Amino acid sequence: MHKFLIRSFVSSLVLLFTLTVAAVAKDVKAAFVYIGPTGDHGWTYQHDVGRKAVEAAGFKTTYVEGVPESADAERVLRQLANSGHDVIFTTSFGYMNPTNKVAKEFPNVKFEHATGYKREHPNVSTYAARFYEGRTILGTIAGTMTKSNVIGYVASFPIPEVIRGINSFTLAAQKVNPNIKTKIVWAFTWYDPGKEAEAAKALIDQGADVIAQHTDSTAIVQMAEKAGVYAFGQASDMDKFAPKAVLTSVENNWGPYYVDRVKAVANGTWSQKDTWHGIGDGMVVISDLDSQMPADLRSKVKKLQADLASGKVHSFTGPIYDQKGNLMVAEGKTADDGMLAGMMTYVKGVEGDIPK
Amino acid sequence: MIKIVKRDQPSRAIFFFTPVLAIFLTLVAGGLIFFILGFKPFEALKFFFIVPIADKYGFSELLLKATPLCLIAIGLSFCFKSNNWNIGAEGQLTFGAIVSGGVALLFYEQEGFYILPIVILAGAIGGMLYASIPAILKTYFNTNEILVSLMLVYVSKLILDYLVVGPWSNPEGFNFPETRQFSDSAKLPLLFEGLRIHAGIFLALSAVVISWFVFYKTYLGFQMKVSGFSLKTAKYAGYKGKKMIILVFLISGACAGLAGVGEITGPIGQLHREISPDYGFTAIIVAFLGRLHPVGIIFASLVVAITYLGAETAQIFMQIPKYTGQVFQGMILFFLLASDYLLFFKIKFIGSKK
Repeated sequence: MHKFLIRSFVSSLVLLFTLTVAAVAKDVKAAFVYIGPTGDHGWTYQHDVGRKAVEAAGFKTTYVEGVPESADAERVLRQLANSGHDVIFTTSFGYMNPTNKVAKEFPNVKFEHATGYKREHPNVSTYAARFYEGRTILGTIAGTMTKSNVIGYVASFPIPEVIRGINSFTLAAQKVNPNIKTKIVWAFTWYDPGKEAEAAKALIDQGADVIAQHTDSTAIVQMAEKAGVYAFGQASDMDKFAPKAVLTSVENNWGPYYVDRVKAVANGTWSQKDTWHGIGDGMVVISDLDSQMPADLRSKVKKLQADLASGKVHSFTGPIYDQKGNLMVAEGKTADDGMLAGMMTYVKGVEGDIPK
Repeated sequence: MIKIVKRDQPSRAIFFFTPVLAIFLTLVAGGLIFFILGFKPFEALKFFFIVPIADKYGFSELLLKATPLCLIAIGLSFCFKSNNWNIGAEGQLTFGAIVSGGVALLFYEQEGFYILPIVILAGAIGGMLYASIPAILKTYFNTNEILVSLMLVYVSKLILDYLVVGPWSNPEGFNFPETRQFSDSAKLPLLFEGLRIHAGIFLALSAVVISWFVFYKTYLGFQMKVSGFSLKTAKYAGYKGKKMIILVFLISGACAGLAGVGEITGPIGQLHREISPDYGFTAIIVAFLGRLHPVGIIFASLVVAITYLGAETAQIFMQIPKYTGQVFQGMILFFLLASDYLLFFKIKFIGSKK
């Protein structure tokens, strides 16, 4: 009798809980904080595409664009947390400290911070994409398509993510063409069309006939189009901005992750995670391959894409040497995530030093 | 019939009335823009100007935002009153923040009551040093201070970039462009638990009082006023022009530097690349909207501060693009300049003759 009562009490509680969750589920509201305007056709634009996917999945969303990483970020976050949002995506590295600070004050609100490394409270998750996998593809194309054997690379900041991209790109290019050199120009910006175009021009003047970029505007592909060299789109498919120059783009596809996480909040299954997804999980997408590329290169790239997705090929497979010739990854081994996350040395074949 | 007549003397009543008129016209035009964009104008204006400050927290955020604007604008009013066009407060803010941030980093993980005053002082000195460049170039080499001070803004931002990317970047921070967090002794104390408003507001308020005293109770204030009206008169009266130019630039630089200190040792707590959303430029609007009068500047800084907060609220609750905040700031300045026409001209309605 006693047991029965307890059991029925517990089961009714469970039922009540499930019902509440079900009732609440539809009301989950997600908020997105953007560093740039939604029309930048790069970083923020792609996050907003992801937000629209959340909307399409039946959830309410809010966004605030152009939020500077100054003292203002904290206020915007607090206001979003205060106005009934259940999960807040902060989509720029500079929001790391404000995100953790505000998360402490709102333990019931979930925070998802892109590209950061601090998870100081149980309600903070971080997520990033394995863009370096996409750069393995770009490197393969660049190494095949270059005639001058000089490849230009416009980089943003000397942080592990960018260094990793340069290395992965260079390794792949060397594999198909051992004579190539990667020349880097550091723009020290994520988005500044003027500076980016200048950087691209400097590289073209130094003989680069393929330009890769780790900054977000379309200025570089447009400069490449003007100069008659090849380039790759960044973050979104930039083909329409430079149809002749752009061979393909590496797209950031946040939608599936966003829908997943918002659903997890709705189901009550959300928990702290550090997500790092690549081509296999669909977070990194390769756009259509341009018809200027020879057919055998295109089929090679398609296969590489499939192998990267299945894990058969890893972007950092040994032997890998640094610029001085020291072994970084032994033959037959692949770099683990710890090494990738802290990568601060160039591989052999990259010209110049990492700015300190 | 309407006739426009030149006034014999600029009207004093109109002088303080036009800013109010400008704000009113901005509201009307803003409402109209919202209407054209398909938003309910009154609701939008409510979310823009009332909702953000409707509670204690919102009001404290307003004061937090207005503090640097007020401080910089007070400093600028010294320059503008005496015909010195210091456009580079943003650079002086940045350089002040660099110097004070450098000092704060020197005291990393150290505690002590003496740290904060040194950090604050360093910021003021940094701002003054940076403002002295256009001042000295103007007095001794006759350069144009508008250009020099403006160009130095970009230089200061590049210096900050270099420092946070390179030598001052957080050694444990994976080379991301930011410094370590300052120790608590290097941070301005918060005034209330749970609110971000900090002791920097007292710096701004002291600047208001001191500037009022200087403008209206001292010989220096009188000299500035005369130089503002006519440089020739000032020369004829035998005022030492060069000394005054340097002095007003130093005051202005110190205020901007202190505003920078308030940001980095207040809500931010470290140095990184974006320490100010162009406070130094927005403060120019604040200074003119406040008619270069200390009390006027207090009100003007509150009005302009709310356009920042309102833009965020309007986007969160009504999906109005956040950049409308800047449109509002632009409109305020535009209407102010336009309505200043009334200072010198009056509109007469003349009855039609039979």
